[in-house]
Amino acid sequence: MTESTETRSVGERTTSPEAPAADERENRQSTKQVGLWGDAWRDLRRRPLFVISGVIILLLLAIAAFPGLFAPGDPQAQDLSLAREGPSAQAWFGYDVLGRDIYTRVIHGARASIVVGVLSTLVAVLIGSFVGLLAGYFGGKTDSFLARFAEIFLGLPFVLGAIVILSVFNAGIEGSPGTVRVMTQVILTIGVLAWPISMRIMRSAAIAAKQQDYVNAAKALGASHSRIIFKHVLPNCLAPVMVYATIALGQFIGLEATLSYLGLGLTSPVVSWGMMISDSQQYIISTPHMLLFPAGFLVITVLAFVMLGDAVRDALDPKQK
Amino acid sequence: MSATDDNTGGSPGARLLEVEDLHVEFRTRESTASVLNGVSYHVDAGETLAVLGESGSGKSVTAQAVMGILDTPPGFVTKGSIRYRGEELLTATEERRRGLRGENMAMIFQDALSALNPVYSVGFQIAEQFRFRRGMSRRDAMTKAAEMLDLVKIPNAKQRVKEFPHQFSGGMRQRAMIAMSLALDPDLLIADEPTTALDVTVQAQIMDLLDELRRERGMGLILITHDLGVVAEVADRIAVMYAGRVVEESDAESLYARPAHPYTEGLMASIPRLDQKGEQLASIKGLPPNLAAIPAGCPFHPRCHRAQQECREKLPELHELGAGRRSACHFAEELISSD
Repeated sequence: MTESTETRSVGERTTSPEAPAADERENRQSTKQVGLWGDAWRDLRRRPLFVISGVIILLLLAIAAFPGLFAPGDPQAQDLSLAREGPSAQAWFGYDVLGRDIYTRVIHGARASIVVGVLSTLVAVLIGSFVGLLAGYFGGKTDSFLARFAEIFLGLPFVLGAIVILSVFNAGIEGSPGTVRVMTQVILTIGVLAWPISMRIMRSAAIAAKQQDYVNAAKALGASHSRIIFKHVLPNCLAPVMVYATIALGQFIGLEATLSYLGLGLTSPVVSWGMMISDSQQYIISTPHMLLFPAGFLVITVLAFVMLGDAVRDALDPKQK
Repeated sequence: MSATDDNTGGSPGARLLEVEDLHVEFRTRESTASVLNGVSYHVDAGETLAVLGESGSGKSVTAQAVMGILDTPPGFVTKGSIRYRGEELLTATEERRRGLRGENMAMIFQDALSALNPVYSVGFQIAEQFRFRRGMSRRDAMTKAAEMLDLVKIPNAKQRVKEFPHQFSGGMRQRAMIAMSLALDPDLLIADEPTTALDVTVQAQIMDLLDELRRERGMGLILITHDLGVVAEVADRIAVMYAGRVVEESDAESLYARPAHPYTEGLMASIPRLDQKGEQLASIKGLPPNLAAIPAGCPFHPRCHRAQQECREKLPELHELGAGRRSACHFAEELISSD
């Protein structure tokens, strides 16, 4: 290849007097290779907000993955003689109205809540990001059309929309539909109603990114649209969407609880925090621990994700450094 | 894709690029601005054409139109022709044009920091082209990327290839940008104000580098700038642009010796000179015209100290003055013959 020999011959002239003296005084203090994410990670590890929320979330994930390790009992086991008994040494969180151990149920309920939260966030963020990326990058008519389309969904009140969707889909079904089916429905409902928010975030990030010179440079070097969108625009738009995703995850867990509370979400025998809160509604005055423990877990989980989102946002924002 | 027309520059003197009577409009909801009003210039293999002019004169828009990266909307090419080695580009398919970019013609930008993607290492961005247009493996492409960095005289290229744009100094970033645009060995390089964002010592180094690479590779180089000082040393020919038109075209020497257009004259007079210390710096009075309402006649007449009645009424054509010089001034002949 003639190219490489030519390259070498030119390279050897590096020592000519006009060699970049100024450039050689280049700051060499950072020999470690760090990009935006590496930098953010270093920054995050030093933030107490991140460490605390991170530990809580890891613990919750462990609970969701292996509930048996934390509470070996059966969440459905009933003993009516123990009904509504308060917290004690054998039952840390007390018993509910059917005499089921609340601690065991809270632990086993984490899985449903977290699965719904994670998957609905994934659905919402993936749809939203993809649509937003296309709208932002192509602009013009594509953008107008996609933005109007998103606004239709954005115009639906969240809870009302979810009630309508879920009750319509389950209208014809006798008895209780299967667990997987209900979970899928809840996840898709939340995803479908929430994607316009991440679409908007991604869209504005993509609009900002596509005006950067590196997009022009990629174009000028003959990169195709898909290469530019996914290789050059997308990585520069991830930060705001990631932040939104962490915060949204917390919100969606809360939303699942709302839907379950309204009787539209998960139903027995699946255990979820929302259902437990729903079960407690008639006994709030007489048996407050039925509400307090699942609600407490819910609040801590949502808070942990929102805190994580805040920490990630701060770490990824170069202006705050 | 034509990976085969890889002849480095071709025979010197071969006509590489020809822009003829190029018209570009920027259409917004409120108005239509005529950004280019009949730009014509050409570049031969192995030569440097400097395109000179103040902001808004259409230098960069012409370059974008040549590269085919003009944002449409708002920019529309309404008339004219751009030929690369005789091949009309304006009617070529997008696929063909994309194939030409990088491979046959490349462009470097003013601000290398924003022209390099912050989330990838410098090497990755150079290697991308080798991987996806030459089908090289990731590792081979990285090696080639390091060679390219070495070619543009970045010291310690093997190390630096893994670093990110923000870890490079301004001059190094511009070098990296040059390496990136030369990766596929194009025979036409458009440099859009490559040294504007750099300090003076680094400017000279970058210009020298570009000049050297041009000579070695026999590339045609279009150097877009508003800095007459930068141009003097490296340009073979100079095209001066004003209000979307080439108003003077000449070999560098004659232009510096005796400008054939009052605008060029004004530009030359506004270069600070040491022997004028203490005096007021000459400047061209007035502002460049609003491109949505270009004055009738010669667009420069409101600012021209030689303006006559004729200038207000009749648009001067770019006409031959002999010896490859052209000027769009009614009084060009007088300008070059007077003392």
